[in-house]
Amino acid sequence: MQKKVFQLLATNTSGVLSRISGLFSRRGYNIESITAGVTSNPEYTRITIVTSGDDEVLEQIEKQVAKLVDIKVVKELKPDESVYRELALVKVRCSAEERPSVIAITDIFRGKIVDVATDSLIIEITGDVEKIDKFLELLEGHEILELARTGMAGLSRGIETVTI
Amino acid sequence: MIGAEAIIKCLESEDVKYVFGYPGVAICPFYNSILESDIKTILVRTEQSAAHAASGLARLTGKPGVCAVTSGPGATNIITGIATAYADSIPMVIITGQVKTDLIGSDVFQEADITGAVESFVKYSYLVKKAEDLPRIFKEAFYIAGSGRKGPVLIDIPIDVQNAQIKSFKYPESVNLRTYKPTVKGNASQIKKVIGKVRTANRPIMCIGGGVQLGDANAEVLKFAEDHNIPMVSTMMGIGTIPTDHPLYFGMVGNNGKPYANKAMNEADVIMMVGARVADRAISQPDLITKDKVLIHIDVDPAEIGKNAVSSIPLVGDCKAIFEDLNKEEFESDTSKWIKALDSYKKDLKIKRNPNKDYVDPESFIQTLTEALEDDAVYIADVGQNQIFSCAYAKIKKGKFLTSGGMGTMGYSIPAALGAKLADPKRQVVCVCGDGSFQMSMCELATFRQHGVLAKIIVFNNTYLGMVREYQHYSYKDNYSMVSLDGSPNLEKLVSAYDFDYLRLENAKGLKKTIEKFLADKNSALLEVMIDPLDLVK
Repeated sequence: MQKKVFQLLATNTSGVLSRISGLFSRRGYNIESITAGVTSNPEYTRITIVTSGDDEVLEQIEKQVAKLVDIKVVKELKPDESVYRELALVKVRCSAEERPSVIAITDIFRGKIVDVATDSLIIEITGDVEKIDKFLELLEGHEILELARTGMAGLSRGIETVTI
Repeated sequence: MIGAEAIIKCLESEDVKYVFGYPGVAICPFYNSILESDIKTILVRTEQSAAHAASGLARLTGKPGVCAVTSGPGATNIITGIATAYADSIPMVIITGQVKTDLIGSDVFQEADITGAVESFVKYSYLVKKAEDLPRIFKEAFYIAGSGRKGPVLIDIPIDVQNAQIKSFKYPESVNLRTYKPTVKGNASQIKKVIGKVRTANRPIMCIGGGVQLGDANAEVLKFAEDHNIPMVSTMMGIGTIPTDHPLYFGMVGNNGKPYANKAMNEADVIMMVGARVADRAISQPDLITKDKVLIHIDVDPAEIGKNAVSSIPLVGDCKAIFEDLNKEEFESDTSKWIKALDSYKKDLKIKRNPNKDYVDPESFIQTLTEALEDDAVYIADVGQNQIFSCAYAKIKKGKFLTSGGMGTMGYSIPAALGAKLADPKRQVVCVCGDGSFQMSMCELATFRQHGVLAKIIVFNNTYLGMVREYQHYSYKDNYSMVSLDGSPNLEKLVSAYDFDYLRLENAKGLKKTIEKFLADKNSALLEVMIDPLDLVK
């Protein structure tokens, strides 16, 4: 089993995400994360899918996704040629005494405190999946009340683009 | 003009002659507007048959068959027919009525999320939101259904969209689909590689799938085989592509196929899979066709290549275009030794049946029947033992062999025969079904009668769901469960209620004469053939 990140360019129509996720579920493919958002051209949506499988399955995933009528391009985002980012919002139980230590960890990870209340903090942090995992590990000892992760978005490095 | 009238105009622009369907409130605007058109409507007796009939028509015309049903149960009833067409890559456009746009999602009477429900059985689907979009959507739907790897496309149209006024109608001349561009021409360097391998092959073989007929490439593929003396076998969906008595043709492969066809595949050194998807029933052990062999896989759908077997030379494109290119290459090859070997396998590996003389032997019946048929006749087999016997013994000359190969949908043959006969009324069309599959579609006898379509239906009566009984014989030591068809109707009485003629064969006596009488009958007729209840296909 290996992990792969695919970037798709799809028409921005209703149902396109359900067509993609339906394809993954009915053919038994894994989705580790999927993110979607409109591109600079509002007719298209850019989607990043993180998936895993053996070589043959990954080849099939690429071909089956490309076959969907709404999909313009499917491209693998290779780790050394791409930038991946994920955003996480973490709500931590945090008393006034605990605050400095949480803020210190957040600063090290270049995160931001986006909400402060008497007994809690919300931290915003972006990075690749490993960085966010590491950050959550370091928060151990503090109770994480809620966690929202966006899933990974990615682009290939350099001037080359996946566009229409 | 209202949306419903625009839909009719779209169908006229696509040169649609027939719409198969069943009405309901949500599709009433459409069926009202169609009265003004020359397009003929065929009322089937259950929605699933509308899709099978459209499929039968599509397989004769090569163009998408069209059906139109109402929302809710009308739409859900047609799903099996759509899935059947999808599994065999049959081009089809399905129109479903839908409840009013502002009621969608509120679970009103006869509402079903049909685009959601058919998602995995269609090539594409639309839920129409504005009547102005209808011309574009229909143009796209027909293009998607009939191009690349063909398949069904569903258009769900809320009743208010059918009734909405549109200012002007213009059917687009071309489609503008930026995300859908199927490959037609084969890659030139891959074609060179194919030629290189076939030229030096000692034991080449071509395995013909349903894609060859769907791609209208019969003549091109046959020319390639004949020019270079390459023997051929076929999958179930490929039967009839090559005349079955052609000296280079060695029958159907697979676990229900000819032993000598499978042996030929196993012994070949270069295999060309053409328009075939290496499905489990055709190739049960894909590693056998790849190990120590060169597998050339030609298909219009790139996702089929490498799905079930890893090919040495993938070649994506339209069969016709690819074989036109392959036929431009001139080369000599000597396969006479190999063909001689295959001829001897064919002689030695014949399945010897031991027919019960008290009944009709399916082998001699199907051989006599297909010899008596006109050269270009359409033979439609249903699903079950009747299908496997048909695949094994039907002689197809210049005609066609239709069956539900991928999905194995019982009840396919009778409505498919309706569609095929309407597509080409001069052509002889016969369908062969079992007593089980007949009862799944016998309601359609009325459709033949209502619309004056000549029916020629053969029922193999063995009083069992034979295929399952055979499976229970081998796998459950004759512990039969749910396979007895006791309670079946008297077919003579049944068909007389529809003004059909009735003929019957108890045993070999009068076989040829009865078949001739059945085929010559100017009236619709049913021929009941009594088969040994314990007969086995293998």
